[in-house]
Amino acid sequence: MTSPGADDRVVITGMGWVTPLGHELESVWKRLLAGESGIAPIDRFDARTFPTTFAGQVRGYDLARFVKDPAVHAGAGLNTAFALGAARQAWTQARLDDDARLDRRRIGLYLGAGEGVLDFDPYVASNLAGWDPATKRVDGRRWVEAALRLMHAEREIEQEPNMPLAHLAREFGIRGPAYNCLTACAASTQAMGEAFSIIRRGDADVMIAGGTHTMIHVLGITGFNRLTALSISKGDPTKASKPFSRNRDGFVMGEGSGMLVLERLSHAARRGATPLAEVVGYGSSADAFRITDIQPAGRGAAAAMTGALRQAGLDPAALDAKGRPGVHYISAHGTGTQENDSIETAAVKRVFGSLAPRIPMSSVKSMFGHLIAAAGSVEMITCVLAIRDRVLPPTINLHEPDPALDLDYVPNQARTADVDVCLSNSFGFGGQNDTVIIRRF
Amino acid sequence: MSGPRQVVITGVGPITAFGAGMEPLWSALEEGRTGIAPIAAFDASGFRSRFAAFVPVERFDPRNAVPKSYRKAAKVMSRDIELAVGAAAAAIADAGLVTRGIDPEATPTIAPDRMGCHIGAGLIAAEVDELTAALAASTNPDGSLSLARWGESGMQNLTPLWMLKYLPNMLACHVTIIHDCQGPSNTITCAEASGGLSIGESMRVIERGDADACLSGGAESKLNPMGLLRQQFAGRICEAGEGADPARLVRPYSSDADGTVVGEGGGILVLEAAETARARGRRPLATVAGFGAAQAAASDGAGVRLDPAGEEVSAAIERALANAGVRAEEVDAIAPFASGIPAVDAVERSGLARVFGDRLARIPLITVVPNVGDCAAGSGAISIALAATSLARQRLPRRLNAGAVEGLDAGAAPGRDVPLRAVVATSVGLGGQVAAVVLRRIA
Repeated sequence: MTSPGADDRVVITGMGWVTPLGHELESVWKRLLAGESGIAPIDRFDARTFPTTFAGQVRGYDLARFVKDPAVHAGAGLNTAFALGAARQAWTQARLDDDARLDRRRIGLYLGAGEGVLDFDPYVASNLAGWDPATKRVDGRRWVEAALRLMHAEREIEQEPNMPLAHLAREFGIRGPAYNCLTACAASTQAMGEAFSIIRRGDADVMIAGGTHTMIHVLGITGFNRLTALSISKGDPTKASKPFSRNRDGFVMGEGSGMLVLERLSHAARRGATPLAEVVGYGSSADAFRITDIQPAGRGAAAAMTGALRQAGLDPAALDAKGRPGVHYISAHGTGTQENDSIETAAVKRVFGSLAPRIPMSSVKSMFGHLIAAAGSVEMITCVLAIRDRVLPPTINLHEPDPALDLDYVPNQARTADVDVCLSNSFGFGGQNDTVIIRRF
Repeated sequence: MSGPRQVVITGVGPITAFGAGMEPLWSALEEGRTGIAPIAAFDASGFRSRFAAFVPVERFDPRNAVPKSYRKAAKVMSRDIELAVGAAAAAIADAGLVTRGIDPEATPTIAPDRMGCHIGAGLIAAEVDELTAALAASTNPDGSLSLARWGESGMQNLTPLWMLKYLPNMLACHVTIIHDCQGPSNTITCAEASGGLSIGESMRVIERGDADACLSGGAESKLNPMGLLRQQFAGRICEAGEGADPARLVRPYSSDADGTVVGEGGGILVLEAAETARARGRRPLATVAGFGAAQAAASDGAGVRLDPAGEEVSAAIERALANAGVRAEEVDAIAPFASGIPAVDAVERSGLARVFGDRLARIPLITVVPNVGDCAAGSGAISIALAATSLARQRLPRRLNAGAVEGLDAGAAPGRDVPLRAVVATSVGLGGQVAAVVLRRIA
């Protein structure tokens, strides 16, 4: 076992994603740089009368392309299916199968996977079968009689949020530490941060980290519509997700998965893997404010960013050797709600002070929609690609700037940039905040 | 660079069928009582088991665990959240901490930004009456749901904050808000392993200096039709019809074990840097000496085929012992999941045997599911709280087990004073995650 401090550099050696813009690393990246939107009318269920009728669905996805034996995963839910595809891409890019000396007890998993999709029709039918209008209660006996007849045992168990872990462990033979965290929209950034910490501490050499989630289902859209968190704009759905715009009216739901291979540098070097970027900082905090509102000064968001900067050894007030701020790109949480975008802007200013306007900050949620638990990991992949290609993905649909938001949001057009250090933010409903920083290797 | 900081447990707050706090649980154990009883919350006569362990309101009134200023938010707490909030209040009281939730005017014992929170949670089922009342207002003439009506108007019958009751991270969010914990915060959702994994993560956060103390553990209630049925579907529930003897239902490691009984509950512990505890003159219950985790590679989701050789269990324990610098010979008691689910019991038994060899038969096991049921994401924290208390008291509480157990010290046994140096607590989650924590006696 490696002692912390001696050999604790961690790099990213593989990445993969399943997104509303496709399921392959390079083609999705091209579409992001072209400013394309993955948002379209919902067709997974009939949402025509819902306040929100559109989302970023994954389309044309075939799990069989990504797994050894699809029968093993036949009962898996959508979250698991997305995670398997994203992880297979990452595993392949990292060329882990080529390593004859791979010790699978030293490979772990840290996922931010969402809860599975309710098997809606049998569930609703059971509830209604048990409903007693006189008492306004569901009769347990009648409910269970219907449920035993209608529900499918495997599909029920597969809804547990740790089931993607089980499937990934099976598919890749992983035997190391395994975790799933579900801190709402912060989950996969937290997963990457904790995976990084686990390697640094010496508890594993390789961690598959990322998130997977879909909430594009009846009660998912219902829940966020009731919270009035979703955009209900009429007209062209590709224009609905408009982070940092004056007329932003909520986020747009997306779905999918992003997975990364995090690896101890010495382990990657030993097997000749190519580091794509280095993970250098992680910060986590809680707003401890209200379950429905973000702390208005951005205290929690700033604490997560500050913690990650401290660990990365970056002084937010200092210029680097090339005269740039220490961070060259921020992948914003940038949901497109009034509250998030203004408080995130305030928090970035609070952390970076007068340098904040010089740091470009965009939101790919303008194109993907919000992948909820999976958002942070797909956004981290865009950070790695931004470093690789020295280009920043845009915030599309930013045609009516909010005069109160005065940072550089990379509006509408991808932009070439001298980018070596990226910071990615994710803030969860309820006030859990996470930030991860990566650097060019 | 100096080594990682030492981490101790300065407070425990189990919440079980006996109420909030260790005292009611410990005395129930010592008196050989079980909290398992016929389910009263709904008509469970159609389920495999009509029994569960639940927390009656006269033993735990959630309103008393919430400061007056926060009463309004209590309306959007699902049962799981109430349990976590109650456990946190008990843990904080036990640790002698002052937080915003205890006294908003006082200076908190631990600076808010140095206080973390890691609370494991499960898949929270929507309250069936509330949701169905809304659904029933949007039906077609044939009684089926009309999605068109639901989208148009039916969903308005749900309170705007409806979904916030069921997000698993809300356990930690409410607790951090009540007690003003602004440090690192996470929600681990690995079924029964959640509590152990959360406590392991808090340990690491304190070790690396990102917090001085953490509220850590887990809570869950499956005492609802959907929660109970999913456990039945997973083949984990014992058969228990009318008239069954609740004290005989769960028989861990017994040859005639038939499954478990769902419980509601969990626990929050206060983990603290040893130096912080020392500085405030607090004697801890135990040292959190080591932690390890592992995953069963053979598990495939709903199949959940754990390795019959228990390799994931032994791997997690060996990692935790190595991390603690504790030899297997120094382990004087083990607190496993001990659920009475034959398949899981078998995996635990073989995993423990791989680590402890022939000596296993003579190491007492601390078991609690026969008393408090399987509290799912809450179960690991209850076991760890009990392990810490056993170390502090140098005593093993009485053990309930109506079955016949061969080859393990896990049968019915009276309480006894015993010298305990180190105790290992393990938990195996549905899905194949395993957590192991090594606790050591305070010298």
